Amino acid sequence: MSFPYLTVTFALPAAGAIVTAAVPAARRTAAKWTALVFSLATLVMAAIVIVRFDPGGGQFQLAESHAWIKDFGVSYDLGVDGIGVALLALTALLIPFVILAGWHDADPLEEARPNRRWRPTQGFFALILAVEAMVVLSFEATDVFLFYLLFEAMLIPMYFLIGGFGDRAHSGGDEAAATQRSYAAVKFLLYNLVGGLIMLAAVIGVYVVAGTFSLTDIAHLRAAGDLSMSTSTGRWLFLGFFFAFAVKAPLWPVHTWLPSAMGESTAPVAVLLTAVVDKVGTFAMLRYCLQLFPEASKWATPVILVLALISIVYGALLAVGQRDIKRLIAYASISHFGFIIMGIFAMTSQGQSGATLYMVNHGISTAALMLVAGFLISRRGSRLISDYGGVQKVAPVLAGTFLIGGLATLSLPGLSPFVSEFLVLVGTFSRYPVIGIIATIGIVLAALYVLVLYQRTMTGPVKATVQGMSDLKVREVVVVAPLIALLIFLGVYPKPLTDIVNPAVHQTMSQVDRTDPHPQLEASR
Amino acid sequence: MDNLIALLIAAPLLGAAVLLCGGRALDRVGPLVGTVLSGASFVIGAVLFADMLGKGAGDRTMTQHLFAWVPVAGFKADVGFQLDQLSMTFVLLISGVGTLIHIYSIGYMAHDERRRRFFGYLNLFVAAMLLLVLASNYLLLYMGWEGVGLASYLLIGFWQHKPSAATAAKKAFLVNRVGDMGLSIAIMLMFTTFGTFSFGGVFGAAHGATEGKLTAISLMLLLAACGKSAQVPLQSWLGDAMEGPTPVSALIHAATMVTAGVYLITRSADLFNGAPTAQLAVVVVGGVTLLFGAIVGCAKDDIKKSLAGSTMSQIGYMILAAGLGPIGYVFAIMHLVTHGFFKAGLFLGAGSVMHGMNDEVDMRKYGGLRKYMPVTFVTFGLGYLAIIGFPGLSGFFSKDKIVEAAFAKGGTEGWILGAVTLLGAAITAYYMTRMMLMTFFGEERWRNTATASPDAPDVEPAAEERGRHAEPHPHESPSVMTIPMIVLAIGSVGAGAFFGVGDRFLRWLEPVTGHSEGNSPVSAGVVTAATLVLLVVGAGIAYLQYGRRPVPARAPRGSLLTRAARRDLLQDDFNHVVLVRGGEHLTRSLVYVDHTVVDGVVNGTAASFGGLSGRLRKLQNGYARSYALSMFGGTAVIVAATLLMRAV
Repeated sequence: MSFPYLTVTFALPAAGAIVTAAVPAARRTAAKWTALVFSLATLVMAAIVIVRFDPGGGQFQLAESHAWIKDFGVSYDLGVDGIGVALLALTALLIPFVILAGWHDADPLEEARPNRRWRPTQGFFALILAVEAMVVLSFEATDVFLFYLLFEAMLIPMYFLIGGFGDRAHSGGDEAAATQRSYAAVKFLLYNLVGGLIMLAAVIGVYVVAGTFSLTDIAHLRAAGDLSMSTSTGRWLFLGFFFAFAVKAPLWPVHTWLPSAMGESTAPVAVLLTAVVDKVGTFAMLRYCLQLFPEASKWATPVILVLALISIVYGALLAVGQRDIKRLIAYASISHFGFIIMGIFAMTSQGQSGATLYMVNHGISTAALMLVAGFLISRRGSRLISDYGGVQKVAPVLAGTFLIGGLATLSLPGLSPFVSEFLVLVGTFSRYPVIGIIATIGIVLAALYVLVLYQRTMTGPVKATVQGMSDLKVREVVVVAPLIALLIFLGVYPKPLTDIVNPAVHQTMSQVDRTDPHPQLEASR
Repeated sequence: MDNLIALLIAAPLLGAAVLLCGGRALDRVGPLVGTVLSGASFVIGAVLFADMLGKGAGDRTMTQHLFAWVPVAGFKADVGFQLDQLSMTFVLLISGVGTLIHIYSIGYMAHDERRRRFFGYLNLFVAAMLLLVLASNYLLLYMGWEGVGLASYLLIGFWQHKPSAATAAKKAFLVNRVGDMGLSIAIMLMFTTFGTFSFGGVFGAAHGATEGKLTAISLMLLLAACGKSAQVPLQSWLGDAMEGPTPVSALIHAATMVTAGVYLITRSADLFNGAPTAQLAVVVVGGVTLLFGAIVGCAKDDIKKSLAGSTMSQIGYMILAAGLGPIGYVFAIMHLVTHGFFKAGLFLGAGSVMHGMNDEVDMRKYGGLRKYMPVTFVTFGLGYLAIIGFPGLSGFFSKDKIVEAAFAKGGTEGWILGAVTLLGAAITAYYMTRMMLMTFFGEERWRNTATASPDAPDVEPAAEERGRHAEPHPHESPSVMTIPMIVLAIGSVGAGAFFGVGDRFLRWLEPVTGHSEGNSPVSAGVVTAATLVLLVVGAGIAYLQYGRRPVPARAPRGSLLTRAARRDLLQDDFNHVVLVRGGEHLTRSLVYVDHTVVDGVVNGTAASFGGLSGRLRKLQNGYARSYALSMFGGTAVIVAATLLMRAV
């Protein structure tokens, strides 16, 4: 038996979570370093997985399979395709930055707290690693039940991260902040639980129909023609899965939990939420909705495309109207998730490769923008845009990195989000021209909300409240600089990523039985 | 030799990277580094040019392929370059004028503490603009296209602490994004029509496409061109862009970037030639902007804004010429080059005047400056003669050709277009003479008038550094500033004759753009005579109004048209009411809807399903265990259900 690469990649952060949680209350710094080391080890492991992965090889690679609950066919089946590898890498890459950015977010407010069991720092970093472990495993799972379990379980640590750790200073005082935070956390949990419950019914349904939870077995059954799923059953089950993923992604109109959750949590947690955890939703659409229910996916496509289009425009318009920096970024993310979902359901190579790249690029660009926003907020203790002005004069590096993060968010060519956004647009346009054209309005609106945010916070005369604000510290530069370097590198040379993703997309396309539309004229090449 | 093409872009790009990432240590040498690297690009360009001249007209195109950029199934975008006569013309203009303006900026920005960053942005601009004209496919062109937009954004807003500059920068980027939408859609259409968007692939297959497709693609390209080249209806950003430092106005918002639209249309000649409807739209846009810009130019008292109106108008000439098809492509580019010389020169002259006048921009507070700034006066004066088309100077040759081409279009259309271009020539002579008289002749109206206090938010902050805000003491600029002005003035004088005599420029560019004579109802001599008559009329009226009579220090109320023209013919007011106000109402009401309706309906639906909202309130009390419980309850259900299924 070969080395269990995938299990190790998942086990490292899981073990890290336990070790970090066990660090004694007084050794806060040790806990932070423990978490950082484990997250870096996971990153190394993810790099090894990428190297071992053969883009030209079979669909699920580095597979591991162990019987688990034999009685009802649940097994511990792991395996990755190109899409899974790309998202695995994104997750492993972002967590060290999340940890480093949140270095001081969970320091206890009063130094001398008598209760020896009071150790928020350990809890904070352990929870982050726990989320990482579950997300990683959900990208690796090829068993529907195992995936469902993780899909639900990751809500628990996420809930505590949102509800338990907020920004330090708050306009309404600590009491009000705590109330709003717990409201946001509960909203997050309830929305996702409801989605999960509906998915649960569909998961059971899959078992009833196929008699197995294994993705590969189901694919074999389908190929052999032994899968007897009536059209209407397939559609109902599809809807069950899709609803859960749409809530998580999130898609209009079940998006309202995201702005409150991102607004109330600290910036690193918000990044964890939107850049990492939410990707499980869009990933699952590609993996589970399309591959398990090809017919139903095509049946639902028109409605989903319209919802995605609404998300794009609606999310962007709401971002323009926000007065809170974090909520603005949250609505921008909703717009971007619309692009991702549109790319997936356009069912073209460009659309789906673009959507997968979009997941990765959105992760990096949102992390860059949100983390710098977090640094800004931590200096002044306010999330309101109107509390800032003229920051570029006192903190030019902060302003510069914020601008680059913003330019990535508006998909400036030369930065990686452009590549994915354009692929999604082209992929959509080639099958649904009208939807593709309307979606381009999104690129104008993105420029509007990003540049208005930059203008109001960074330019103009220096506000009294901003006077004397310090520029980025070394730790903060260490967080932002690699992300920016990556945005530029993948913007100019995305080929390493497309090489991994393309074959997997080709596989998905053939499972859905869709081919790219032909150009009207074959050009003389 | 072909492998040198990438170096053209790499040199200024390196400069931008070093200057923007390097720390304070580079503050002192920054301007020099930026200038040298821009100059290096010009030298490489000159070497390639010499090489190109040595080859036959047929095989002058060089290509360089670097790597595959975005390879996804049938979608292939490469990072590859194509250098032909058209690109070469731009390379020399961009790096040449660009380097001159770098040199000028060493003097102009000498007192600005953030000048390292200024030169970094300038280098970034040069690199992006070169990428735009060297790209061998539309997607890579798009990268350069937005790259220059970014540089323009950064430079217009260079004095970010001025709210007006920050707003102008944002406006420029946004309006350009609307144009970029057009470019995106054009590329998508090319992909679905031809399966490629490389120049070679698209132009090779263009003849096989239906006219409808070609028209759609061409109109989208025109939209893109309108954004970048400030043509009606996307022209509103250019006037505000004058908030940037004057060298920026000269390089980006006069000589190079704003002409990118003309490049785009000329480059896409094979598409436009097959789409007469789109070409009609192009000439209409060009013609309307030509008059629009000229009228605005007449009404502005701000010397830079008046020149901005003039830029709009001159680019209108080029767009109009490009819309004429093979009759006009060559002349559009020829006017573009000569305009690059004289308009850059005029802007640098304006900057020199402002430099000596405490950064005052109101021409009503100038007057009689020729005695104090002789070099500026002479170079500005030569630029003035060139732009109005004084016989023998640059503008005379290039503009005259466009007027001839407009008539050569033939039919009623030809007569209308010809008349428009002639009328434009008269108005040009009028507003330029007005500018010349108000600035360099007449009373010294700046005597005993303090310029605006440097604390006022609308003053160029350089004044703050120099600490002078009493009565100005006009003086000539240092030679680091005057030398570039002199070089540009030489170009303004000689370029037209050099290009025009013996049809040198025509023979150079014809292999790329094609050319046809058309059939003009009037002879070239008649056109020239008519142009000269109108020139005299325009200049004469201006002389009667501003030369013979004293210029009031405060602008008179003026006619309805004048007042409208001062407000950019009310386009901003329209934008404000319809787009800004309307947009604000839309987003505000959407925020409300999202908070109450969408959230409420979803929560309400959930509540009707199982009293969830009641549970929500209970759960909010903070019993976290119950969530965990409910989740594991879910898992228990699935386990039980599956066991049951097996039992059955």
